[in-house]
Amino acid sequence: MTPISLAAEPIFHIGSVAINNSLITGVVGSALIIALFVFTAKKIEFHPKGKFTSVFEAISEQILDLIEQVVQNREKAIQFFPLLMTLFIFIVINNWLGLVPGVGSIVVNTHEGAFPLFRGANADLNTTLALAVISVVTTQIYAVKELGLFKQLQKYFSLNPIKLFIGILELISEVSKMISFSFRLFGNIFAGEVLLIVISSLMPVVAPLPFFFLEIFVGFIQALVFTMLTLVFLTIATSDHSEYNHDEVRPELKPADIEEASSHADSRHI
Amino acid sequence: MNAEVMKLLIPGLTIVLGGAMPAFAIGWMGAHAMDAIGRNPEAASKLQTIIILVVAFAEAIAIYSLVVALILKFV
Repeated sequence: MTPISLAAEPIFHIGSVAINNSLITGVVGSALIIALFVFTAKKIEFHPKGKFTSVFEAISEQILDLIEQVVQNREKAIQFFPLLMTLFIFIVINNWLGLVPGVGSIVVNTHEGAFPLFRGANADLNTTLALAVISVVTTQIYAVKELGLFKQLQKYFSLNPIKLFIGILELISEVSKMISFSFRLFGNIFAGEVLLIVISSLMPVVAPLPFFFLEIFVGFIQALVFTMLTLVFLTIATSDHSEYNHDEVRPELKPADIEEASSHADSRHI
Repeated sequence: MNAEVMKLLIPGLTIVLGGAMPAFAIGWMGAHAMDAIGRNPEAASKLQTIIILVVAFAEAIAIYSLVVALILKFV
């Protein structure tokens, strides 16, 4: 069984900075994503011809629709789209790159010992922590842009003792968001790698196959969860709670409609 | 109970306790989601995203204990 290491292993050093095997895979993944999207962007037309372009357009549109479903506002959805699409594509491509044959199995000899040359980028806590920090900090920036700096600071600092206490809790929750974002992604992907190594060492021929399918699924779901959570936090942070009015009557519902609806409901019950 | 036995036992117990509770929580949530979909089948698509999110929250607890168990085992 190949030795399992929780931290990413250094392959070579540039000055005093160690270049990890996770970093190498992350750079390869980023280059792949940039190449794919630049290629697609060059071929984009009003009536797309190639299948390749259509696939990317379909993915983008699906994600935009998903965002719009949560935000309930097309303009805001388009505003949030670049961040969320980047997070989703980066995470999903890197999760799946960790499953490609050769990742983890090509071993190079370094000064500190023999280490795998590639290791899934999200199987390193540094990558996931960076993603978590990007997500939380960008949420704050969007909130300041939407509500103004003073109103955003009011969420955390206030002279009212109850609100001050809530503000402290909010500050703690921002930190815990980062921890939960980073550990969730790291734990899932690293646990998947350990699972695959253990199963492969027990029975290398057919047994790992269903677990590879499981890992493809987990990689997709975790990318979706990361994106959705960022989206939900963005939506909460950018919505103004002080303007919310409980007594507001929704204009599109007239009393006649409500009566009709309730009579329908009655007839279905009976 | 010498140190070596504990070193084998504790990671196992960590993941047992940390996995049992979220498993219970996720099962409970799934059951209630099915209840809700059974009552109101049109809401299924709306419930789906919420359920994925909430299950991810509960699953995160299991993942934390998994990370702790992995640290105990391999570090």
